[in-house]
Amino acid sequence: MTEAEQKIRVLIAKPGLDGHDRGAKVVARALRDAGFEVIYTGLRQTPEQIAEAALQEDVTVVGLSILSGAHMRLFPEIMKLLKERGMDDTLVIAGGIIPEDDIKPLKKLGIKAIFGPGTPTTEIVEYIRTNAK
Amino acid sequence: MTQDTRKLIKQLLKGNRRAAARLMTLAESMSPEAHAAIKQLYPHTGKAHIIGVTGPPGSGKSTLVDKLIEEFRAQGRTVGVVAVDPSSPFTGGALLGDRIRMNRFASDHDVFIRSMGSRGSLGGLAWATHDVVHILDALGKDIIIVETVGAGQAEVDIIQIAETVVLLSVPGLGDDIQTIKAGIMEIGNVFVINKADLDGADRRYAELQMALELDRKPDGWQPPILKAIATTGEGVSEVVKAIQSHHDYLIESGEIAQNRERRYCAQLETIVEHSFIRKLFVEPEEQALFQQLVQEVNERKTDPYTAAERLILHLIKQKGN
Ligand code: B12
Ligand SMILES: Nc1nc2c(ncn2[C@@H]2O[C@H](COP(=O)(O)OP(=O)(O)OP(=O)(O)O)[C@@H](O)[C@H]2O)c(=O)[nH]1
Ligand SMILES: [Mg+2]
Repeated sequence: MTEAEQKIRVLIAKPGLDGHDRGAKVVARALRDAGFEVIYTGLRQTPEQIAEAALQEDVTVVGLSILSGAHMRLFPEIMKLLKERGMDDTLVIAGGIIPEDDIKPLKKLGIKAIFGPGTPTTEIVEYIRTNAK
Repeated sequence: MTQDTRKLIKQLLKGNRRAAARLMTLAESMSPEAHAAIKQLYPHTGKAHIIGVTGPPGSGKSTLVDKLIEEFRAQGRTVGVVAVDPSSPFTGGALLGDRIRMNRFASDHDVFIRSMGSRGSLGGLAWATHDVVHILDALGKDIIIVETVGAGQAEVDIIQIAETVVLLSVPGLGDDIQTIKAGIMEIGNVFVINKADLDGADRRYAELQMALELDRKPDGWQPPILKAIATTGEGVSEVVKAIQSHHDYLIESGEIAQNRERRYCAQLETIVEHSFIRKLFVEPEEQALFQQLVQEVNERKTDPYTAAERLILHLIKQKGN
């Protein structure tokens, strides 16, 4: 019997009206295949839905996928709602189309890592293995 | 039990959602600490009406649960949901997707939804599903809905937990012989033919009716067969009425006592079984003894029965967890 005492649980969420879900699905599957439990919440999530799902599912990692360009509006709201819920210790990472210039302010916001197009999923898996606690 | 766990329990009993979520994670670890926590909060359980929703993969269980939440909330009742999806037996990973269909209750803090991977348990639930239900119960949820993994014929563990089992089927799934043979037919208290908007719902209805007719009891609860379209909500209020009628029936007839006994008996069995398995496959000392006995049987120094007796004797000589 495999009995990982603390399994890594990851929420993969797509905030806003962004309909690009290929990347999120690719990442979700790769993480599942790496042995993580992945909660996929589907498209068009509000910041509140994301924060509340993270809380109820008690995830170790929140992964945001966004290709619409609305990250500078949505991510601060998500970070605020996570904090309000006492989820500051959650590892928040993101991926999708995020311009170079936005990376610094997002990191300042507490988003620990950002993965752009073409990132091998093994790199994402490795990052989570190393940094999730 | 650590200070941390003690604090979480205190917060849980005050209705703190984050504490509930963290205790659920602890419960899933199946550790002695987890069991100590459940022991503490157990006296605060037993109030909720626990409803199981089961049926084949993709039959619309999550979509129906979403509509059930809406109905129960309209009645002013608080709702907890545990949704189980299968874990990969190879990697242990899982894609938990039931929540996709239940996303609209985020701002309603009287709804709490938790996804679980089955983590090696084969009966349609996870080992710790009981405990997560206990936690929702202690959190004060009036209604607790448990969605099983997509069930075939063997995944009938839901009757260990739920007072009322809603069994979904859909038009055009399998032939009538299949339906009659399947052990899963016997666990339903309310039958729902979902996706009634698709062709073949009437045929499905007739098949189910015939199958149920075959083992109709002379008295007692007669499981109703209802048609529903979970995506639009059509027929869902009838499903809720049937669930409530079943619950009323259990109480008025006194059958609730047997229903409880059956569930507690099964839960106890599960805990004992899992504790033994855990001992044998997780604790290094027992693991070593187990391996040694396998070796002895292999070398024909002993037989499997004697080996099993020695193992059991060894286990019961220890105390505690
Ligand atoms: C395929 C595609 C579509 C498909 C989407 C199909 C689907 N269901 O996903 C369709 C045709 C529907 C589409 C539509 C549109 N698209 Co489009 N689309 C693309 C395209 C060509 C590829 C995206 C893709 O699927 N890549 C493959 C996946 C695997 O890669 P990925 O998503 O980048 O994910 C990787 C990483 O980013 C990262 N990652 C992603 N998410 C996450 C999450 C986490 C947690 C982590 C760790 C990592 C991670 O890991 C992944 C693996 O490496 C991009 C251009 C591009 N090169 O990116 C434009 C692009 C994203 N689209 C764009 C636009 C404008 C649109 C439309 C608005 C076009 C229109 N005017 O109609 C619509 C909007 C649709 C909507 N409702 O939102 C723009 C966005 C511009 C912007 N952000 O400023 C892009 C960048 C094209 C461009 N250069 O203009 N699109
Ligand atoms: N036509 C039709 N489709 C439905 C109905 N109910 C659900 N569906 C669709 O069936 C698909 C599966 O629905 P889910 O609710 O995810 O099914 P499930 O039984 O929870 O699936 P698993 O948890 O994966 O076993 C979705 O695409 C739903 O939109 C219905 O009444 N009619
Ligand atoms: Mg489901």
